[in-house]
Amino acid sequence: MLRRPAIAAAASFALAAPAAAQDDAVTSYTLDNGLEIVVIEDHRAPVVTHMLWYRVGSADEPVGASGVAHFLEHLLFKATDDLEAGEFSATVAANGGSDNAFTSTDYTAYFQRVAADRLGLMMEMEADRMNDLALTDEDIETERQVIVEERNQRVESNPGALAREQMAAAQYINHPYGRPVIGWMHEIEGLGREEVRDFYETFYSPNDAVLVVAGDVMPEEVLALAEEHYGPIPAEPDLPERVRPQEPPQRAERRLTYADPRVSQPYLVRSYLAPERDPGAQEEAAALTYLAEILGGSSFTSVLAEALVFEQDIALYAGAGYDGKSLDDTTFNLSVAPKPGTDLAAAEEAMDAVIAEFVEAGPTEEQMQRVRARLNASEIYARDSVEGLARRYGAALTQSLTVEDVQAWPDILRAVTAEEVQAAARALFDPDQSVTLNVIPEREEETE
Amino acid sequence: MIRLLSLSLALGLSLTGAARAAIEIEEVTSPGGIEAWLVEDHSIPFTALEIRFMGGTSLDEAGSLGAVNLMTGLIEEGAADMDARAFQAAREDLGASFSFDVGPDTLRVSARMLSENRDEAVDLLRDALVEPRFDDIALERVRGQVQAGLRQDAQNPRRIGNRAFYEMAFEGHPYGRPDKGTDESVAALTREDIVAAHRRALVRDRVYVGAVGDITPDELGALIDELLGDLPESEAALPGHVDFGLEGGTTVIDFPTPQSVALFGQPGIERHDDDFFAAYILNHILGGGGFESRLMQEVREKRGLTYGVGTSLVPLENAEFWVGSVASSNASMAQAIEVIRDEWTRIAEGGVTEKELEDAKTFLTGEYPLRFDGNGPIAEILVGMQLTGLPESYVTERNAMVEAVTLEEINRVAAELVEPEKLHFVVVGQPEGLSEGAPRVVAPEVLLPEVTLAE
Repeated sequence: MLRRPAIAAAASFALAAPAAAQDDAVTSYTLDNGLEIVVIEDHRAPVVTHMLWYRVGSADEPVGASGVAHFLEHLLFKATDDLEAGEFSATVAANGGSDNAFTSTDYTAYFQRVAADRLGLMMEMEADRMNDLALTDEDIETERQVIVEERNQRVESNPGALAREQMAAAQYINHPYGRPVIGWMHEIEGLGREEVRDFYETFYSPNDAVLVVAGDVMPEEVLALAEEHYGPIPAEPDLPERVRPQEPPQRAERRLTYADPRVSQPYLVRSYLAPERDPGAQEEAAALTYLAEILGGSSFTSVLAEALVFEQDIALYAGAGYDGKSLDDTTFNLSVAPKPGTDLAAAEEAMDAVIAEFVEAGPTEEQMQRVRARLNASEIYARDSVEGLARRYGAALTQSLTVEDVQAWPDILRAVTAEEVQAAARALFDPDQSVTLNVIPEREEETE
Repeated sequence: MIRLLSLSLALGLSLTGAARAAIEIEEVTSPGGIEAWLVEDHSIPFTALEIRFMGGTSLDEAGSLGAVNLMTGLIEEGAADMDARAFQAAREDLGASFSFDVGPDTLRVSARMLSENRDEAVDLLRDALVEPRFDDIALERVRGQVQAGLRQDAQNPRRIGNRAFYEMAFEGHPYGRPDKGTDESVAALTREDIVAAHRRALVRDRVYVGAVGDITPDELGALIDELLGDLPESEAALPGHVDFGLEGGTTVIDFPTPQSVALFGQPGIERHDDDFFAAYILNHILGGGGFESRLMQEVREKRGLTYGVGTSLVPLENAEFWVGSVASSNASMAQAIEVIRDEWTRIAEGGVTEKELEDAKTFLTGEYPLRFDGNGPIAEILVGMQLTGLPESYVTERNAMVEAVTLEEINRVAAELVEPEKLHFVVVGQPEGLSEGAPRVVAPEVLLPEVTLAE
């Protein structure tokens, strides 16, 4: 969830990680108060991206207060003891920069892009709002309306988003990943000063944050500035241990149908509970990354596209997706949009047959090599965006990974074997851990 | 022969006085006579290439609407001796990325190629541009995808609003037509229509090229000839200028959705007009500049009526207009529109303040160098400047043009250009309190692409 209606990039598919050659450009520190710092050097342009990531997201919210992490993100642009409401962004703009923030299940992050010599000012203001937010009733009332409109725009007006919300709720029986990041509408409407303030005072502290500075900077200068601005803020002694309710064994296949007259193209999505990248143990996630690429990473050469779009000619689209970056168990998704004339049940049957055949045979060396080539290339292209690299480190470090894990990831990806992909597929495709969602314009009984 | 015209461009950061960022734009003319702009940067082993063919979907013939769009979708579906899958497998094995897209003015080709196998990647892209196969089986597949997209657009309030807006504003001009075609027109397209669209749209005398990365001028010259040298010269005429034809008012398109979407606009200003920069800053203050704009302050920050409201001056190749968009609950859209109309009137009558002008200049001049942050973004800037007809030196002179705008000038332009009585709202949804007097129309079935909200 972005605070500002920017054109949001598609959810990143965690394919690439920085090349070995980039490791020299990354330096990390930890301040005495617990603030972790990552500096990524890129001296091609005199620009810096300053990002402060908090290890708190929607999955850390109290029950009944869904949306409070995102609500608080909006309110961080309001008054503090030193700044008036709106003054933060106005000051960034007055220095020729731009700023924004975003909230996910596992993190809340604030960032500015600005000329490199403005870094100190950015830190001064960011440190100010870590501790000294005013949180007035007037700001909260108006902003709640803005967030209601945001939910209307992003979710209520979007049948695909509404369907995904239902799907996540069915996938997670016990874990808070089943709640939407923006919050359920009725809970957003009930959020007030008390919920927001509790959340702010508990989680916004240096020992719960990661500072990522990327661009035309020297690591020692960043460290000195960080010590000056963030160093004096005391650590939060009562920061709770980050433990969320975990999933029990999932023992029943779930099937959903979402009907909405705004759906013009019926489609189906299947999701399976899947392991994520864990510190020091990213091998299975790497194998699942290959699996998603081989099954659905290309509209032309992947297994599902070849079978359903080209050979059987029954689908407009068939794909697969997996993002291993998550604090707790994530999902692996398959999707098919059948051509007119093919119903969803037939498309699902065909999809399942393709998957069963693939699990039996395993990937070919040609398929493995093609994914390796794509991963290697995307790593080189990723170096063109220092902001992208900053996001990669910020997300990883707020999702329990370390700088070493991020840097080891490309080699782990390169080492994945066909046997590992087959084994990961065998473990993954358990119907009892799955949700199957049909998205249709109207239910059959209503058409008759 | 390669003609080099080198210009060292220091991108000054206005407040800092620092001028360390420097890009050097080289104008390269290939041995075959095709021009390109290049910024060499060997720090990462790849090249970003941006190619634009002037014409785009405006080149559709009246009897084959959607042909250029469908043809564009087929460029990556097989070429020379490769069918679609063989072509894509070859591309993936090279780690190259190609994308093809088309709008009302241009057909866009974006490519990223690794240095280690650039020649093979160029050969492959050349086959796609010069020798696409347009196999029947691929044609049917992509036709189905385009039709599915059209049906989806017909259920999307923003797309519905855009379509109606363009149709009403540019009746009788290619901009007023559904540029992906209609369900019927796309169904009727033949392979001959696609071949003809390719002949019209991909021509070597209407091409613009920007390249950035690990490549020398000589290498780029050879690359361009290989890639584009076998394309034919243009035959089809480009469309002419059209005036923005919407009168002031409100149109409501009935559509069941909890939140209405509105597109609003009035006549704009040509990119080469002497007053363009004054108007550009004016737009920034009114609705272009994020949270600090008047519209964001009044509609969102003070009243909570929307998540986002913004405006933009759109200089298309053949038309100029000022456009904005807002989304608000059906219950509050009428109020949002009233606030926007009031702000339109306030800026027309009262202009802007000295402080607003200075703040806008500070932002705009400071933000400009931040755009040059990577091979891909710089290649887009290079090709965009050529399309607009700007010289290389614009990169260094642009901020001075922003700085030169005076308060007197911008307020004269506000009085002349901002026309509240000409502002027209197209609202899609079921807004309360807007029905009286506003014509209600049924949603059109097919739609135009999004209005670009950018500089």
